[in-house]
Amino acid sequence: MLINFAGILFDGIAYGSLLFLIGVGLSVTMGLMNFINLAHGAFAMLGGYVCVAAMTRLGFPFLAALPVAFIVTAVAGVVLERTLYQRLYQASHLDQVLFSIGLTFMAMAAATYYWGPGQQPVQLPGFLHGQVRVLGLDLGAYRLFLIALVLVITLALVWLVAHTRFGAQVRAAVDNQQAAAGMGIHVNRIFALTFALGSGLAGLGGALGIDVLGLDPTFPVKYMVYFLLVVSVGGAGSIKGTLVAALILGVFDVAGKYYVPEVGAFVIYALMVLLLILFPAGLYGRRV
Amino acid sequence: MTVAATAPPQTANPGFHRLSDGRWHRIEIVFWLLPPAAFFLLPGYLVLGSQILIVALFALSLDLILGYAGIVSLGHAAFFGIGAYTAGLLAVHGWGEPLTGLLLAGAMAAVGGYLVSFLVVRGQELSRLMVTLGIGLLLYEAANEAAFITGGVDGLSGVTMWRLLGVFPFDLGGKIAYVYSMAVLFLLFMLMRRLVNSPFGLSLRGLREGSKRMPAIGAPVLSRQVRIFTIAAGVAGIAGGLLAQTTQFVGLEVLGFPRSAELLIMLVLGGAGRLYGALIGAALFMVAQEYLSGLNPVYWQFWIGLLLVVVVLFARDGVTGAAEALYTRLRGKGK
Repeated sequence: MLINFAGILFDGIAYGSLLFLIGVGLSVTMGLMNFINLAHGAFAMLGGYVCVAAMTRLGFPFLAALPVAFIVTAVAGVVLERTLYQRLYQASHLDQVLFSIGLTFMAMAAATYYWGPGQQPVQLPGFLHGQVRVLGLDLGAYRLFLIALVLVITLALVWLVAHTRFGAQVRAAVDNQQAAAGMGIHVNRIFALTFALGSGLAGLGGALGIDVLGLDPTFPVKYMVYFLLVVSVGGAGSIKGTLVAALILGVFDVAGKYYVPEVGAFVIYALMVLLLILFPAGLYGRRV
Repeated sequence: MTVAATAPPQTANPGFHRLSDGRWHRIEIVFWLLPPAAFFLLPGYLVLGSQILIVALFALSLDLILGYAGIVSLGHAAFFGIGAYTAGLLAVHGWGEPLTGLLLAGAMAAVGGYLVSFLVVRGQELSRLMVTLGIGLLLYEAANEAAFITGGVDGLSGVTMWRLLGVFPFDLGGKIAYVYSMAVLFLLFMLMRRLVNSPFGLSLRGLREGSKRMPAIGAPVLSRQVRIFTIAAGVAGIAGGLLAQTTQFVGLEVLGFPRSAELLIMLVLGGAGRLYGALIGAALFMVAQEYLSGLNPVYWQFWIGLLLVVVVLFARDGVTGAAEALYTRLRGKGK
């Protein structure tokens, strides 16, 4: 029973760290640009497909395909940000929602056109197969790898935001855009770079998630709620909040599906409505 | 908030904020002659026709909260679904009288809307979006899991309707269904037209444009938002009930997120904040869907996405907004 619980906790944390990796970009763009981007899941999907394409068509190994997924998605993000997204920063939230639903539909149709409607397989390298025995627990090697990688990325992100000039500029722009621009910070450039980083991380998350979340053209809609939930529960613009929310959500989702499979996704939606009612600004959100 | 990006409509039409005298314009009368004309001229398309009428009613209900009161909802299909399942379950369990079934469908959805409205109106825009989305998904999952009541993914079949008004049986060709849907739509449209032209309707537009200033002139924000949300949910429920009764089937997709999203698309396509925008948007969308998705559903999804992006970027007020701008310009030249 206890062993069982530890296993679920472990799987939940692995799942949650994946949600964090994809959701953190959305959180920062929402906090920074106040933009509701429902198409964020489409970037994750793009990362997944780029990873699969790099492996099957170009013969890259899995670990080499991951950076490719990151870079391609980041470039796609910055191109879209400069051409389309930036026109809508001042628009109403409804416009942003509609625009990003439109982008999502186009991405889903394009994915079906190029890759077909089926699930995409991923060939993991040998050392990520099977189980590793840690403290009497059998843990999935891939999930262990996932958690470790996300841990490293999180530490790097925290360092980036807290200790670099770029991070200071991002924080300044989040706090007060106009004052930041007045101090000579190129707010537009910060926006573009942050958007690129956020979409790149989503792409990486999508690539890493093929084995856990699956990959098919309905991906952006299927997981949209999860990403939005992570952000709105954690509080837009807060890395710590996003991490906490993603882990809570991951553990509850896995535990809910294990202990009470008959209610299915009900647990997670009920949790979401409840948390939103109790904490309208998110767990770590700034009260307006 | 819906018109913040472009020129507000009052510059296009100086009389916008005056209470309308409620007189019917010539164009409106011509417009309402179209559905009966279609009944006689296009007898082969009555099934599609009644779908359009029902979806138009559903779009009108979203227009009340989104276009007029400025409350964004991503889960409006929840109320459509409540109505559809209410009407469907009543008929399955032995009460197939259409009109009372429809009223009950609307009443159930209105009760649902009333309860949900307290969760929706208190938040900011983002949490409103999330809460409506969450409630929509919650109901979808509930209907999916409660398969012993709703039939789950297989849908609710065995809906048998009695004769309409005790006289007219629902036929396979869809003639009665079409006339029934048309009558309900027209009746509710007249009520809604009266509603949005009333002082209450004007105060809703006030809430949309400046919800912080409305309390200063003594308008109670929350109670008005709760009231319009309840009304809109009731209308959506009636639309759902109509669908269940005329197709004699309720599928799980009546509650799905795609239905809420498509509804938003129709409204934006036609022009939000205008009742005719909702009607025209629904008609255009349904006809386009019928022909384009018949060719290839995947292309249809791509083009509807592209259309949405283009409408948001370039034609914010939809088809009716563009027509209105053209009309004003032509009249300006005529002077």
